[in-house]
Amino acid sequence: MSVAFSKRALQKCEQIIEQYPQKQAAMLPVLHLAEKEFGHISLEVEQYVAGLLEVPPVKVHEVVTFYTLFPRERRGKYHFQVCRGLSCDLLGCNNIMRHLKKKLRVKVGGTSKNRRYTLSEVECLGACETSPMMQLNDDYYGKLTTSAVDKIVKGLK
Amino acid sequence: MVEKIISKFFDIRDSHTIEVYEQHGGYQTIQKVLKKMKPQDVVDEVTKSNLRGLGGAGFPAGRKWSFIPKDNPKPKYLVVNADESEPGTFKDRYVMDHYTHGLLEGMMIAGYAIGANLAFIYIRGEYVRQAERLLEQIEAARNSGYLGKGIFGSKFDFDIVVHRGAGAYICGEETALLESLEGKKGWPRMKPPFPAVEGAFGCPTIVNNVETIAYVPTIMERGGEWFAGIGSEQNGGMRLFGVSGHVEKPGLYELPLGTPLREIIYEHAGGIRNGKKLKAVVPGGSSSPILTQDEIDVKMDYESLAAIGSMLGSAGVIVMDDDTDIVRALHVVMRFYHHESCGQCTPCREGTGWAENIIQRILNDEGETSDLDNLVRIAENIMGNTICPLGDAAALPLRSYVTKFRGDFEARVSKGRKEAA
Ligand SMILES: Cc1cc2nc3c(=O)[nH]c(=O)nc-3n(C[C@H](O)[C@H](O)[C@H](O)COP(=O)(O)O)c2cc1C
Ligand code: SF4
Ligand code: FES
Repeated sequence: MSVAFSKRALQKCEQIIEQYPQKQAAMLPVLHLAEKEFGHISLEVEQYVAGLLEVPPVKVHEVVTFYTLFPRERRGKYHFQVCRGLSCDLLGCNNIMRHLKKKLRVKVGGTSKNRRYTLSEVECLGACETSPMMQLNDDYYGKLTTSAVDKIVKGLK
Repeated sequence: MVEKIISKFFDIRDSHTIEVYEQHGGYQTIQKVLKKMKPQDVVDEVTKSNLRGLGGAGFPAGRKWSFIPKDNPKPKYLVVNADESEPGTFKDRYVMDHYTHGLLEGMMIAGYAIGANLAFIYIRGEYVRQAERLLEQIEAARNSGYLGKGIFGSKFDFDIVVHRGAGAYICGEETALLESLEGKKGWPRMKPPFPAVEGAFGCPTIVNNVETIAYVPTIMERGGEWFAGIGSEQNGGMRLFGVSGHVEKPGLYELPLGTPLREIIYEHAGGIRNGKKLKAVVPGGSSSPILTQDEIDVKMDYESLAAIGSMLGSAGVIVMDDDTDIVRALHVVMRFYHHESCGQCTPCREGTGWAENIIQRILNDEGETSDLDNLVRIAENIMGNTICPLGDAAALPLRSYVTKFRGDFEARVSKGRKEAA
């Protein structure tokens, strides 16, 4: 098999599994770990995880395709996730989205050719008091305006 | 004005650390409980407090705890629901960010009450920073002997595992959450059996919302009666009302249960922004039926909202001014439920999709007058015909937007017809 965790990740994986009364319960955390290691969850990764958790690969596949946070294809270095929930919609998230599409030159759901940006539309992120807002990789950015977005993009390495 | 319980920590620097939490009296209560009280005494005190489940359904917390079978030899589990994905809801994020150890202490007390030695926090996958903070603070608590074997020198073992979700609203529903915790896709289970009898890993399990558990230390410190005295009848204490949408000061306001909605919008959240007028309010997250501007004198507690056909739900108040396009707002809501339906039940899966499409057609100026009755019919066909309450959570707003704002929908349809002609 060509995919495998690094030694450190494998250790981490064992620690995760130990926390649960059943091995399969480690599915989500191990997939999160796999996403960190490999960048996305390919069919090969699914098989590898199935081996680690001693479940049939189809069980892993079912999970990976059910949830939205396990990317099955490579994403850009910066993942913009603009909230389209009700509170954000009331406060004009569609303007933010329109602006980002133009600025990053990517379609919703798309990744730029140089793999720098991925742009997604997501449901309420639980920060409606800062609407309109988005998640950029692991962090939240709220009270967005088009000029605030410009500043954020400019600040990226 | 009533003193704040949880939100007073929002403005304290480093309130998420053990040191600061203990400077404000933290971890005294659990020690008192472990030394002086029996598990049943804790359940009784929480029952007396009239603490309701603050995740949405409002089930009395003490009563739920009492459903744990006494003679079942299996391990028991406590699961804290931090999935927080109901549109309009952001309170649990604040609790985890600022009242981190309050939540952990509440979990210790709840765990002791129900006889659980292991607890899980199921946190939505997007809350990366909050999960990191929890992990870091749980580690700190473990290093202080507050978690692990024999906590605080007692005979009670207790530990906490943080479990990150992966982006699925349905996993906030308690049985879908348990499936997800077990490493499966989040398909809700049929009830009964209820989780208190057969929950995580086939064992008796209590699922409670973050905020519900976060009020437990204060209840045990000040007494159930004190807490019950703050709220309204059968609705103990206070809760965190989240206000978003077209208000001057969107944010989180900790107020007694039963505070009038008008007061929340106009006094606490500063009224409608830009001097506009109010058109509509969603009182308890997007699953709760919408209210018109004439209905905002309602008291914000479970029974008062039920009496006018809505729900307190997660207390996420979404305010819409008089420029709001209600048809568009309903489209956003139905798109959400269609996207999040797990697809197990036909009425939910198909109904939410049809509704989204019909509303899209109306927005495209291709609507028919008969569409409005069809939307109501779709809602009624979903209600009561599904495995989990997500179906109703979609149907209730659908019916309420169309019936309460029928004029807006009709105007949109006839405008479309004129333009087509
Ligand atoms: C579709 C759906 C989504 C839900 N999402 C959440 C959630 O994100 N957080 C939560 O605490 N409860 C949520 N609930 C309610 C839970 O099923 C459950 O009632 C709650 O976690 C119990 O805790 P409580 O009694 O302390 O409120 C949801 C229910 C449904 C039907
Ligand atoms: S009501 Fe909807 S979300 Fe709930 S189980 Fe049925 S299809 Fe799934
Ligand atoms: S609607 Fe955007 S964060 Fe809630």
